[in-house]
Amino acid sequence: MAGKTLYDKLWDAHLVAQREDGSALIYIDRHIIHEVTSPQAFEGLRLAGRQPWRTGAAVATIDHNVPTTPFKSAADITDETSRIQVQTLQDNTREFGITEFGIGDVRQGIVHVMAPEQGAVVPGMTVVCGDSHTSTNGALACLAHGIGTSEVEHVLATQTLVAKKMKNMQVKVEGDLGPGVTAKDVVLHIIGVIGTAGGTGHAIEFAGSAIRSLSMEGRMTVCNMAIEAGARAGMVAVDDITVDYVKGRPMAPTGEQWAQAEAYWRTLVSDDDARFDTVVEIDAADIRPQVSWGTSPEMVVAVDASLPDPQAESDEVKRSGMLRAYEYMGLKPGIKVGDIPVDRVFIGSCTNSRIEDLRAAADVAKGRKKADSVKQVLVVPGSGLVKKQAEQEGLDKIFIEAGFEWREPGCSMCLAMNPDRLQPGEHCASTSNRNFEGRQGNGGRTHLVSPAMAAAAAVAGHFVDVRELG
Amino acid sequence: MEKFVKHEGLVAPLDRANVDTDQIIPKQFLKSIKRTGFGPNLFDEWRYLDEGYPGQDNDARPKNPDFVLNQPVYQGATILLARRNFGCGSSREHAPWALMDFGFRAVIAPSFADIFYNNCFKNGLLPIVLSEEQMEELFQAEAANPGLRLTVDLEAQQVRTPDGKAYDFDIDEFRKHCLLNGLDEIGLTLQEADTIRAYEERRRAREPWVFAEHVNH
Repeated sequence: MAGKTLYDKLWDAHLVAQREDGSALIYIDRHIIHEVTSPQAFEGLRLAGRQPWRTGAAVATIDHNVPTTPFKSAADITDETSRIQVQTLQDNTREFGITEFGIGDVRQGIVHVMAPEQGAVVPGMTVVCGDSHTSTNGALACLAHGIGTSEVEHVLATQTLVAKKMKNMQVKVEGDLGPGVTAKDVVLHIIGVIGTAGGTGHAIEFAGSAIRSLSMEGRMTVCNMAIEAGARAGMVAVDDITVDYVKGRPMAPTGEQWAQAEAYWRTLVSDDDARFDTVVEIDAADIRPQVSWGTSPEMVVAVDASLPDPQAESDEVKRSGMLRAYEYMGLKPGIKVGDIPVDRVFIGSCTNSRIEDLRAAADVAKGRKKADSVKQVLVVPGSGLVKKQAEQEGLDKIFIEAGFEWREPGCSMCLAMNPDRLQPGEHCASTSNRNFEGRQGNGGRTHLVSPAMAAAAAVAGHFVDVRELG
Repeated sequence: MEKFVKHEGLVAPLDRANVDTDQIIPKQFLKSIKRTGFGPNLFDEWRYLDEGYPGQDNDARPKNPDFVLNQPVYQGATILLARRNFGCGSSREHAPWALMDFGFRAVIAPSFADIFYNNCFKNGLLPIVLSEEQMEELFQAEAANPGLRLTVDLEAQQVRTPDGKAYDFDIDEFRKHCLLNGLDEIGLTLQEADTIRAYEERRRAREPWVFAEHVNH
């Protein structure tokens, strides 16, 4: 019998019941909750007169529509609908006895930054949240994926999900990453190769020496964008880096339980003879710093490339998508990436707002100034703790001296639910995860890049190859 | 949940691939704490020429005459024809809520994004997967005959044209059962409460740290 993949092991360990019709009931260890996708779920519980199954499994915070300028209470949020959602989450978590890191709590932050940081997510867990970027948490060898609001209610009420086992995909990146090539470039390159539906129906395990060389922060960046490759879940096997990251976190096990936990976690790797339904092999040497040019994350090229010719695309559906993207982005095939002007820069989001990301951006910003043509550079840390750490390291001063704005934690301009947004037609160098039409503001044009590339674009006023900055 | 057994209705074609949930319902409308009322803002950025925000009088807004759902022949459409990877992007259930609130009961496409596909079933919206070739036939049949009506028969797992052509589709048994009967999934799962508790006991013995209570208030 063939060995098991990491995903097989996680699935088997959480299987509560296998039903005859092919569906299964899987147990959920950790449920992360935020203000946007939970109100209707709590309302559903109330209407049905149900209580949460296990309140200790849930942890909540506010992120999607909080302002990134300082505020002290919900009443300070000027947008009425945002204020109601923030207030509603506070009311719901209090009513049902769920832990919330709310306004003014240093632990408040983007769900997928806060949860690993607190040790709320540890290896071997199933982790869900009403947010598609829950895949981020798979970096800790978890089965982590986004769910809809009906499922948020289902997990609250039953601590389980009705699920069907996905297929196994392995994306193997072997070799050394070149200088200036980051986790973000790795995952954008992967999406460029397999496409935005390449992982549909699969759980992706990212493997290979280039992935193992990444820090936990970098692995989170890669797993974060598994969903942009169509896969609900992305994951990385346990190694020393994983174990070291978890140790000492507030909610991580301690003492005897730590030893027991570590011994189990060390088994959370795919067996040598495990079988994957799909394997994609990528040579790390092929990966250069990436910039997305279109309105889908698969529309991505290396910074030293020219924009692709739609007429060379044989697939008619893809070709028409490219033509539409060129029109929306106000760009022409054949131009150099470096010729794209940048109006605003956003450094943040669950993809790239951890301390390592801010350090990479600060390295580039240090001693340099924002170009006059760039209207705004937002730096938004992923959590209150990331903000504090960055300030201890003096990163905030570097950003401010460079003419960047240093903000409060939240999702911010990744999805523009709060006041941070693009104006129609503006090009943005963004460290976020989606370049969809209107994502960062109606008519806004998003280019996905790494934190270092974003900071370099802020300084130059257009995209530049971070490797040539010196 | 609303039942879905059989539905006959007007077809609207949305001829583009990778339609993402930000397009289906833009983020500014996610601030509602209700499940209803999203229909007028379905495909907001394509349907209207101005920028939408919650609480507007949508009837007074300038409409994009080129957008399919604004064309007279598609008024009252209940079945959406779409291209590959429909519903990609965020997990927002507001996307199927908006499609349902607008009046759609079924979406037919060559492929769907996983989370969107799953969310549809929780709300009585039927996502149907047909092959790229079959989709092309339906798009062409519709183009040749705007105002085309189709019958979607969940029991028989078939999409039928008025001239008698039938397309079979696959669907998960459990999902079909829930849709046909409009079942409350939570209620069904709670019938297995003892099994869940027994599982928890086994896990607690093996991985006690997973069940640790953390008081962080």
